[in-house]
Parts: sequence; structure tokens; C-alpha cells
Amino acid sequence: MKRLSIIKQPILSILNDHIVDYPSPSNLNYFWSFGSIAGICLVVQIATGIFLAMHYTPHVDLAFMSVEHIMRDVEGGWLLRYMHANGASMFFIVVYIHMFRGLYYGSYTSPRELLWIVGVAILLLMIITAFIGYVLPWGQMSFWGATVITSLASAIPVVGNSIVTWLWGGFSVDNATLNRFFSLHYLLPFVIAGLTIVHLAALHQYGSNNPLGTNSAVDKLGLYPYFYVKDLVAWVAFALFFSVFVYFFPNLLGHPDNYIPANPMSTPAHIVPEWYFLWVYAILRSIPNKLAGVAAIALVFVSLFSLPFLNTSPIRSNNFRPIHRKLFWCILADCFLLSWIGQKPVEDPYIIIGQLASVFFFFYFLVAVPLTGKIEHYLIKYKS
Amino acid sequence: MDMVPVSRGATKDVLAMANLEVDLSKIQPGQTITVKWRGKPVFIRRRTEDDIAKANAVELSNLRDPEPDSVRVKNPEWLIVIGVCTHLGCVPLPNAGDYQGWFCPCHGSHYDTSGRIRKGPAPYNLEVPTYSFMDDDKVVVG
Repeated sequence: MKRLSIIKQPILSILNDHIVDYPSPSNLNYFWSFGSIAGICLVVQIATGIFLAMHYTPHVDLAFMSVEHIMRDVEGGWLLRYMHANGASMFFIVVYIHMFRGLYYGSYTSPRELLWIVGVAILLLMIITAFIGYVLPWGQMSFWGATVITSLASAIPVVGNSIVTWLWGGFSVDNATLNRFFSLHYLLPFVIAGLTIVHLAALHQYGSNNPLGTNSAVDKLGLYPYFYVKDLVAWVAFALFFSVFVYFFPNLLGHPDNYIPANPMSTPAHIVPEWYFLWVYAILRSIPNKLAGVAAIALVFVSLFSLPFLNTSPIRSNNFRPIHRKLFWCILADCFLLSWIGQKPVEDPYIIIGQLASVFFFFYFLVAVPLTGKIEHYLIKYKS
Repeated sequence: MDMVPVSRGATKDVLAMANLEVDLSKIQPGQTITVKWRGKPVFIRRRTEDDIAKANAVELSNLRDPEPDSVRVKNPEWLIVIGVCTHLGCVPLPNAGDYQGWFCPCHGSHYDTSGRIRKGPAPYNLEVPTYSFMDDDKVVVG
């Protein structure tokens, strides 16, 4: 086939090699579309965010009103805000599915360790960005969420309180806090975009994993047109799913208390973070000790970062790992269970359920992953 | 707080508001009011005989942050504490929780009628601010 010379030009040839003629395993299923959907989510968040920032005012006296101004007075402002607010939820849904796909098919295993690590770094930045973004409307949940999460740093011995003062820019969550959060909320998405390029570069060193988890070098197809068309189906389906929330249930995933302006004198009787943080929030709450609770959150991310090195199985796909496959479904169920516990009041029986679910979370990463690889290897070698 | 450099300390407009005079005459026994002092909520609770008895009935060795009730109050009828949970900074709810003191809705810390931590994740008792009684019905916080 005769190629247009334009794809031989500098830079364009790199784009062509990586996002047009890029060879992909022929057996990719729809779970492999979630990576590109996550990219779309990032673009939607940045695009809507830039236009929202043109009308938003980061000041404690004006922030709440400026958001209502966007909703009522700005032409199409309601759409921008609902897309941005629900877009954050969509981004997390997509990224969580993307990660569980990686867990199931063993995409994090050698030689793609760095790919997974960069991905966890993106998740961490997403969590920070989403959290400080939620503070900006300056409602009750914004304010108390900001107070609780920044106060986590006070658990650090000796320097903890100084760090909290430094995070706040004062002696409480106030105007200085809101201003710096706005600044960082504008900055971090571009850092995420940069890391996305690193994530893609790390992916393209060895190429995509595939549902069989085997070397697929002998059986690849061009990204264009085959996987563009396949991904297009996924993108349209995602757009429909996203639209149902934006147009029909725009406040379903939010909390009504955030339509009450922030009041530093009164904490809402029932404060919960956004749904996508509930699993980690449940782990924090399950531990009745301040420092240990914060340390547990740190351990969550240490576990995620070190997952590729905890793995001992030479077989990637859980299709061929009957023992570990059961544990995979257990950790998926455990994350749903933790998310349910995270929105329940701190009382029995939710406390004990949350503690057991937290223990299983760490058991999976720190014990089950290294052990099942060894057990399965032993059974294959000696018992078959 | 003492470690921060001088220029980042409280400014003069803040220091001018550093003391707060509160009229106690309208507070009923068993009632807790919340006043704003140095940007933070302060709870003033007029304790009943029952509250005081409960606060004194506790074995100190059972407390996470052991303090007798007598060092936390100047007049046993009045308990004055800063209304910021020592866990992660929420404002606890008065007359709630397992010990009828305060309950923090964020992560479930229970404080007793002396504002001492009894159950849940908070590490310390509710902080007692400096204050002095002008007369029986007036207190100056700060």
C-alpha cells in the first residue's frame, strides 16, 4: 500500500507509529477500551474546567455564590458544571474498571511493572485533584471534607501540626486554603496529562497485554482501523452512560449537604466523602487509632505500588489461575463492601464488618498475591 | 503552633479579637452553647449534678488521655472546651454518644461529660482554652 508522505514527517511519524499504525494484539476484548475512555475523561474534565474557571471565584465569601451563578446565569453553565462534577465520577468508574482489568489479566506483571507504577501515580494524583476540586464549591461537604483530610497530616509525630498549618496557610481551613486549592486544581490535571504520556510510552515499550496473557507478537493488528472502530463502540456506549447522569440524574452521585454554604461552626451530622473515596475512607475509619489509621492509608498505596513485585506467578491471565481467580473476585467484592461501609455510620455491626474487610484488603495484596503464585506453581509442577 | 516564624503568627486585627466575653446567665442546666473564639467553636456546657458525678466516677487508668475532671474545670458547673475533635478537626455534637458528652459524627469519637476521649479514634481530650470568670454570670475566654 502506498503511504502518504505526510506520515514520514518528523513528529507526525511518531504519532503515526504510536496512535495510528500501532500494532495491537488481535484478541483484545472491550475491557481494553477503558484506557482510551480514561483519556477522553481527562480531556472532558480539562475542557469543562477551563470554561468553569472563567466564571468561578475562589474566595470564601463568593465561591458558593459563583457556583450558583454558573448554574443559573451562565449560558450553558449548568451543563458545564454537571459534566465536570459527573465527569469526575465517570473518570473514577473508568479508571477503577481499567485497574481491575489489569488485575484480572495480570497486566501489571513483568515486564510491565513501571506501566502499573505510573498508573498508580496517576490514580494518586487523580484522588488529590478530585478532592481539592470538591472543596472549591465551598459547601458544607467541601469545607468539612477539606478539614478532615488535611487534618490527616496532624497524625504525623512532631511535625504534624506544623504541616497542617502549612497546608491551610493559616490556623483553620479558610480563604488561603481555598485559593491554593484552586491554583493546584488547575495545575494538577496538566501533570496528570503529562503522566498519561509517560504511561503510554511505558505501555508501548512492550505493547498491550491481552486476555490470554501470552506473548502476542505473532498476532497483531493495526490500531487503525481495527481498534479505533472497536473503541468507537465503547466510546459511544460510554457517552450514553455519562449522558444519563448529566441529563437525568445530575445530583445522584453528589451529596445534598454540599448545597448548604460552608459553616465552620457546625459539622453536618453525617459527613461522607464522594463515592469514589469510600473504600479507602472505610479503611481509615476501621482503625480506632489516629496514627495507625493514617498509616493504613499509606499502606494502601504502598501495596498498590509494590503489587508488580509481590506477584510470584509466571502466568498472567486469571483465566488460567483457578485459585487466584477466586481471590480476584473476592478483592473486587471487598472493594464494594468497603465502599458500602464507608457511607455507613460508625456503629456496630458496620465497625466490625469494616475491620474484617480492611484486613482482607491487605491480606489480598500482601499475602494472597505472593502466596497463590507459589501454590499454583507448585501444583502445576508436582501434582499434574 | 509555637514553632511557626513570627511573621506568620496572629496579626493585630486577629489579636484584637483574641478575648471573648460570654454571658452565662441564660444557659440552662444541661445545655451546651457554642461560641466562636479565634475562628474556632468553643463549647460552654452548664453541667448538671449527674454530669459532674459521671465525670468524677471514672477510673483514671481507664482513660486514653488521663486527666481528672478537677483540672479541666475551674467551676465544676461550667465545662469550657474547644469544640474541635482531636482526631481530624470536626465539630462534635453535644449531649450525644455513649458517654452523654459529645459525639463526633465524622469518625465516631465519643467524649464524656468532662470532654475526655472515651471511645473512637481521637487521641486526646477536647482542649481546654484559657479562661477566667469575671463574676458568676460572666466568663472571658482567652
